[in-house]
Amino acid sequence: MTTIAANPSDLHEHDSDHKPAFFARWFMSTNHKDIGTLYLIFAIFAGIIGGGISGMMRLELAEPGVQYLGQWASWLSGSEATWNEALHMWNVLITAHGLIMVFFMVMPAIIGGFGNWFVPLMIGAPDMAFPRMNNVSYWLTVVAFIMLLGSTFVPGGTGLGAGTGWTVYAPLSTSGSVGPAVDMAIFSLHLAGAASILGAVNFITTIFNMRAPGMTLHKMPLFVWSVLVTAFLLLLALPVLAAAITMLLTDRNFGSGFFDAAQGGDPILYQHLFWFFGHPEVYIMILPGFGIISQIVSTFSRKPVFGYLGMAYAMVGIGVVGFVVWAHHMFTIGMTANVKIYFTAATMVIAVPTGIKIFSWIATMWGGSISFKTPMLWAIGFIFMFTVGGVTGVVLANGGLDDVYHDTYYVVAHFHYVLSLGAVFSLFAGFYYWFGKMSGRMINEFLGQLHFWIFFVGVNILFFPMHFLGNNGMPRRIPDYNSAYAYWNEIASLGYAIMAVGVIIFFINVFYSLFFGPKAEGNYWGEGATTLEWTLSSPPPFHQFETLPEVK
Amino acid sequence: MNFSNKLFLLIGLLLLPSQLYAQESTQEAQAPATTSVMPFSPAPVANDAQAVADSATKASDGAQYVPMDATPGFGMPTDKAIDFQDQKNDLGQRAYWINNYILLPIITVISFFVLGLLFWVAIRYRRKANPEPSKTTHNTTIEILWTAIPILILLGIAIPSIDLLAKQFESAPKNAVTVKAIGYQWYWGFNYPDHGDFEVVANILKEKEDVAEGERYRTDADGPQLLATDNRMVVPAGVPIRLQTTAADVIHSFAIPSLWFKLDAVPGRLNEKALMIPEPGVYFGQCSELCGAFHGYMPIAIEALPPEEFAVWVKEQGGSMPTDAVAETEAPKPAQDNEVAAQAG
Repeated sequence: MTTIAANPSDLHEHDSDHKPAFFARWFMSTNHKDIGTLYLIFAIFAGIIGGGISGMMRLELAEPGVQYLGQWASWLSGSEATWNEALHMWNVLITAHGLIMVFFMVMPAIIGGFGNWFVPLMIGAPDMAFPRMNNVSYWLTVVAFIMLLGSTFVPGGTGLGAGTGWTVYAPLSTSGSVGPAVDMAIFSLHLAGAASILGAVNFITTIFNMRAPGMTLHKMPLFVWSVLVTAFLLLLALPVLAAAITMLLTDRNFGSGFFDAAQGGDPILYQHLFWFFGHPEVYIMILPGFGIISQIVSTFSRKPVFGYLGMAYAMVGIGVVGFVVWAHHMFTIGMTANVKIYFTAATMVIAVPTGIKIFSWIATMWGGSISFKTPMLWAIGFIFMFTVGGVTGVVLANGGLDDVYHDTYYVVAHFHYVLSLGAVFSLFAGFYYWFGKMSGRMINEFLGQLHFWIFFVGVNILFFPMHFLGNNGMPRRIPDYNSAYAYWNEIASLGYAIMAVGVIIFFINVFYSLFFGPKAEGNYWGEGATTLEWTLSSPPPFHQFETLPEVK
Repeated sequence: MNFSNKLFLLIGLLLLPSQLYAQESTQEAQAPATTSVMPFSPAPVANDAQAVADSATKASDGAQYVPMDATPGFGMPTDKAIDFQDQKNDLGQRAYWINNYILLPIITVISFFVLGLLFWVAIRYRRKANPEPSKTTHNTTIEILWTAIPILILLGIAIPSIDLLAKQFESAPKNAVTVKAIGYQWYWGFNYPDHGDFEVVANILKEKEDVAEGERYRTDADGPQLLATDNRMVVPAGVPIRLQTTAADVIHSFAIPSLWFKLDAVPGRLNEKALMIPEPGVYFGQCSELCGAFHGYMPIAIEALPPEEFAVWVKEQGGSMPTDAVAETEAPKPAQDNEVAAQAG
């Protein structure tokens, strides 16, 4: 793919390592690597909260009946919770879990974190195109998160907090939720969306204008390709979300009635707008993961990526087709047969470029000389788990079958296989792959592999039984269930506990390695790692590539 | 370079939906929309409503409606199940067949194929076994194959799947029994416009320990925990039902897993689908769209009775069978269709 001519002066550039003082460095940062680090720390923090909330949900669902919601709601409000407030608490949990994991964990980590860190390094640029805007993006995300957490403490209808689900469907989110909680959640989405749009503009400009001499688009590492496609998806999809939730706000506060049938509006209009954003959004979460997996598979197979152009344009294809399949999230709204047939067929089409990617990764390994370091384990785990999530997606694409699957746990299983076992696996893979590059210390290999195996077993025990629950008819988003669903729910909760052990090992590993890990060399993965970040020291100098590298 | 080939394949795929629909549209003269008004059904199957009406007149005045007991394992989730609930009508069985005999084998084989390939490369090309990596980065033949074969597989899935879709959209015959399910926060109302326009309100039945002394609580005859309701949506078995859904406040969703049926109930909209329940029995489902605090506590119970018992039930609700209307005018106006028009307009 690319041949790198390392510039030796980069490795010993002492002048470039002049760092600002603590406050200026971390609170007014314009350095892409520092902002990337801030994003990663933020995402890990949000992930702990979002993951903790899923732990509360699994605890409540571990057996039939409502055991804990009342206590949690009482704790939140400071007084004895009513039955209404207890049940509202459930809806707050599912809403917060979804919004936090999507907007404040996966996106900041994969785009803000790894994108910021490695896009400039991989294209041989000194920094992002708009460093100060980069900083604005980050702090907007932080404020958005505070806003969302704050909404939990103000009234949202039947109890404290926004209980609308992450989809914020009208009219439950308008006339159905009185009080400022939903307004705050909407405003939080506005801020997070604005942050992402700014970030997208930044990435597009950087990638188009700041590539090192000789690095044509068709020589860019696939991770950079993935971030480029993602940035375009963000740029096109997020304004639609912003429009939809602004209309929600005016419906709520100024009686505009966009989504109120009694005033000539239409609740279904909101769903179309939301999913026109929402479906590209799922590719926004997974495409950079595709890029990371491509880099890792190539590095540890010591072989260039198989079918590079096919891989790049498969991502472009997924991005384009991703914009014309949105209504498969709405198969039961009462759409016409023609619309349902179209969205069934269009959705299936996505399986083709996705299949190209899966097979190309395997072909990259084929004939390679594979070493199974921690990042490679996560990458292989990703490929298989994403395949499982992908094929259940093909099942759900069938509008006629969706009449029974829609809004059941089968759907929950499907999107957790592609996100929790897809996007999150790629996040861990990238983290283990680049930890040494980012921190300057090697992460512990044994603990990393232990983390992988425990997490892998845990999430599969957690999410696979959800297919069965869905088949058996269990709806999503319910705090209590018939005893027929008890068996697999208990097993799923057990899986959560196993996964949580894996996460604890991860944190032990991170802290141990940060302080006691051996120093990392510039290219600690050896000859398989061919992209430009491996020509630099670990961690790279504060300002890198003051002399631009040449790419042949 | 194989990229241009792939581009053509992609373009072809993008056109695929229209191709499929073109085929489909020749088979189905008109695939009706759920929300649109269907003044004439394409093929009235049998005069079932008439049959119901006739049996009603036959039913003696002394006949009394007794709620049917729920049968354990029938029309409800089964303990520890990994498969679907038993499908109780033809469309459900057809969908079940497509899922379990076409899709499930295909996705299982694909998953194991990928897993097998991963194991193979992991063993065969581990560093010890293969210290020198090859430099292969392209193979046009295999790239075309792994683009074309998935397309063929998807076509194989799409054809029966779209056929199923078209069948699900066949509208109910003109004289089907109309039931309008109305979602409220947090219970269901069932309206019978053909039978005197009465409405039945169905609330969840609580457990014995959760109700005050003397209040009604759930028994096993009513149905399983969290699924049983105090009143049920009673319909005649073996007679086509025109099920309409709407809602009074927020969006709800009417779902019965054992009949492969789900249709959202949206305020300000009237959705409509045909539903056939051949077998008498009690069928359970739950609201399937997040609708607020008690979303998990608004179950749906359908009681399908033999037509003559249904007529007795209608009488007890203060309703009337459409026989009287038929007797009065030669050509009865399809009341339910007018109503659809009024609501849609």
